[in-house]
Amino acid sequence: MAADQSHSTLSHDEKGNASPHEHTHPDWGTYKWVALILTLITALEVWIYYIPSFTKTKLFVPTLLTLSAVKFAIVVMFYMHLKYDAKLFRALFLGPLILAGFTIVGLLFLFGHLVIRG
Amino acid sequence: MATTVSLPETPHREPTHKYESGVWSWLATTDHKRIGQLYLYTSLFWFIVGGIEAAIIRAQLYNPNSHLVTAQTYNELFTMHGTTMIFLVIMPLSAAFFNFLIPLQIGARDVAFPRLNAFSYWVFLFGGLFLNSSWFLHAAPNGGWFGYAPLTTRPFSPGLNIDFWVIGLQILGISSLAAGFNFITTIINMRAPGMHFMRMPIFSWMAFVTQFLIILAFPIITVALTFLMLDRFFGTNFYEIQAGADPLLWQHLFWLFGHPEVYILILPAFGLVSEVLPVFSRKPLFGYPVMVYSGILIATLGFGVWAHHMFAAGMGPIADAFFSITTMLIAIPTGVKIFNWLGTMWGGSLRFTTAMKFAIGLVALFTIGGISGVMHSSPPSDLQQTDSYFIVAHFHYVLFGGSMMGLFAGLYFYYPKITGRLLNEKLGNWHFWLTAIGMNLTFFPMHFLGLDGMPRRISSYDAGQGWESNNHLASYGAALIVLGTIFFAYNWFTSLRRGAVAGNDPWGGATLEWMIPSPPPDYNFATIPKVTSRYPLWDRKSPELTVNVPHDSQDEQKMDVKIGGQSTGTASAPSDTKLNAPHAHPSARQLGIMMPTPTTKPLIAAFALGTVFVGLIMHKNLPIMLTAAAIFVFSLYNWLLTPLEPEHH
Amino acid sequence: MATAAIDTHDAHAGGEHPPTSTGLNNTKVAIWAFIGSECFFFASLISTYLIYRGRSPVGPFPHDTWKDPATGHVFKGILNIPITSVSTFVLLMSSLAMVLAHSAVVRGDRKSSKIWLAATAFLGATFLGFQAYEFTSFVHEGLTIHTNLFGSSFFVLTGFHGAHVTAGVIWLLTLLSIDMKRGLTPDEAINVDVCALYWHFVDVVWIAIFTLVYLIK
Repeated sequence: MAADQSHSTLSHDEKGNASPHEHTHPDWGTYKWVALILTLITALEVWIYYIPSFTKTKLFVPTLLTLSAVKFAIVVMFYMHLKYDAKLFRALFLGPLILAGFTIVGLLFLFGHLVIRG
Repeated sequence: MATTVSLPETPHREPTHKYESGVWSWLATTDHKRIGQLYLYTSLFWFIVGGIEAAIIRAQLYNPNSHLVTAQTYNELFTMHGTTMIFLVIMPLSAAFFNFLIPLQIGARDVAFPRLNAFSYWVFLFGGLFLNSSWFLHAAPNGGWFGYAPLTTRPFSPGLNIDFWVIGLQILGISSLAAGFNFITTIINMRAPGMHFMRMPIFSWMAFVTQFLIILAFPIITVALTFLMLDRFFGTNFYEIQAGADPLLWQHLFWLFGHPEVYILILPAFGLVSEVLPVFSRKPLFGYPVMVYSGILIATLGFGVWAHHMFAAGMGPIADAFFSITTMLIAIPTGVKIFNWLGTMWGGSLRFTTAMKFAIGLVALFTIGGISGVMHSSPPSDLQQTDSYFIVAHFHYVLFGGSMMGLFAGLYFYYPKITGRLLNEKLGNWHFWLTAIGMNLTFFPMHFLGLDGMPRRISSYDAGQGWESNNHLASYGAALIVLGTIFFAYNWFTSLRRGAVAGNDPWGGATLEWMIPSPPPDYNFATIPKVTSRYPLWDRKSPELTVNVPHDSQDEQKMDVKIGGQSTGTASAPSDTKLNAPHAHPSARQLGIMMPTPTTKPLIAAFALGTVFVGLIMHKNLPIMLTAAAIFVFSLYNWLLTPLEPEHH
Repeated sequence: MATAAIDTHDAHAGGEHPPTSTGLNNTKVAIWAFIGSECFFFASLISTYLIYRGRSPVGPFPHDTWKDPATGHVFKGILNIPITSVSTFVLLMSSLAMVLAHSAVVRGDRKSSKIWLAATAFLGATFLGFQAYEFTSFVHEGLTIHTNLFGSSFFVLTGFHGAHVTAGVIWLLTLLSIDMKRGLTPDEAINVDVCALYWHFVDVVWIAIFTLVYLIK
């Protein structure tokens, strides 16, 4: 639809937003490590799913949540190159993401799936 | 495509296309100003429809034990009155201002995606017609604008009524979402050079905040409505209590959307009033940054208060306390706004035009609604007030006294920019006073009715409960509002032809939209202006007004801003007065400005998308749905693979 | 400086797209806003799934065995972790193919760009194939959208994700066909970038779903 406008060198009001994205992408060397790490984490997740003694402990759910959060973050940072891209995109994504996260947690509290124990 | 253009001596006849005049020029338009007017007239039409529904409600409740309409029709009337006023009047009337004003205020020639903009309008038009076509089938929605499930599931509402509501809202949601992405991109990316975020006119700021509320809140209602649609049409169990579903799921999802929605309704009106008050006080907006931050804070907190609509549902003390506190917190940024408006007017040289009166009307009446809102942020107090007429009084003070008053202020203020002529101030004065008095007469007695125990949503009531006189007053007030609206309509249509010619800047405005002709040429700005402060026009014409305003620019310099070859300093260029003459201004082509090609592709795509939903309501008519879906996909490809602007060789 | 700005704008008025105030591409800003919006879309779906976990009076259930008291039929936990792990891996690899496709278009390497675009679409389609297999086998085992709350919320959540993958595959195939027909130039890399952002987002949603729906018992 719209032609590439990111080559513009004009009128950058917002500091740090101006870098043309082509030069800020990571390269194959990074991508292959990212893919390897993602695969390993996925394998780890599935592996611990099959350890009956571990799935019964209180650590099981937090471990899985942490692992998937790490995967989530890696894909967003490297594949979606948010780590290298304009700060504005971070705000556009992280603002709603955080708000949505709070909403999920809030709803789970309200429906009694998470409980505060004094 | 030369950059320097000499104007041809004679208005040279360009090859006319069928899209350049008549009905086709509206069906194929991608011009944000025309789309804004389409939104404007469509939503004013629905305002009349929703107003008639309200008038019938007030006629029914005038006397006890009235049988003007049946209980069933009454349910349809209050459901459609609410749904119409929220989704077909206040939201699109705000959208009319977003469309018309955002590009003008930020110094752009159009929105970021002009065809998507046209698509949003056509989907909105289709959704409104779809929702109201239910009247002709005697199946208007009857479950309240909040459509609580499980009441709205198939076993309890077997008819087409709720089908129309669910699908109609789904269609309108698509329109709002598409417009939201468009305006966010427009405001982020299309600002004129020098227009930092903190120099942006306050209406554009509030519009920006509102778009975020739209794109974040509408997905939630989309999901909730999808569940309801699947339950009704495909037999899922989301709201089936026998299958173990939770009766509060709908309420939570709906109010997760519903509370941001009320800020979607009020923030644009706040923005308009924040434009009107400084101009008619001849003073810069008091505390501009704080106004911006409080708008953002209201929007953010708006996602954390939804369950205050559900105190009566019994969520337990922790939830009640949490949502009570967050609700009270919202009063702080809102109060900040009200005091800043007062601060703006304080010591100003006030001019009481109709626009100014409506703006002051918002400040006064919204405050009343805001205070009754704080009253039921406290659960024990809310339990007494909930589902009574007290609540009806509260939200009409914020929505009619707030949103509608603000939008009327905007209409009187921007009518000259939209049409080139001023509305009649004398008739406007009648409109304002009839509306203001009628509004208070209608809704203030409802506080007492509510405290006297009159419940909401009842089609009639018994005599002898002490409710008669207040209901009489309310109905008289409604008649005054109707009368005021007749003044408004008469004023609107006569001023189109006989109103005083406005010129560029009839009010002494401060922002970019006032430096271009009224109505603006299709390209808006012959030369994109460079902005050096928050009040670019006052800097040039009345620098004494902005001496105390921090100009957050190191290289402060007065730029020559040229409109159609003329510097803005020499304000009233002769060409301004030649109204309704399309050749008064050089055309985009003569100036070498590339404008988007008019196209009906968005219209076709919107129509096909709507038809998919029509097929759904016709007992899942698969041939219609699949054909329409295929046409939609085809027209989408056709649209996306066609360049926005004519190919230049 | 100021004069230069005006001049440049005049030049742009002559046909090219005006530069944006942030220097960022319009479509890319819009897709990020869209992704932000999608966060709430999937948050609502995931919340509903989690709220309804363990609320169905009747099975089949995702992880636990259930014996139908009426028929005596025994349903085992219905989720197939090995199959879904493979499909998760396939979707992760499609993201790798996607970034390689994008960097090939940036370099102007038409041969690689076609291969990697095709590979991404193929891996996406493979994921959909796994999902189709999963859905049909569930229906055979007696779980439909009508059966219970788990069936409704599971099929709608994963079904919406599958619909997003389908839209992504169609998008990728469109880019591929343009690349085959006339070649995507490095100037058009932004179009691939925007598609890639969408594709990776669909991938991260699956990362969340895989953990929350499949792995957590």
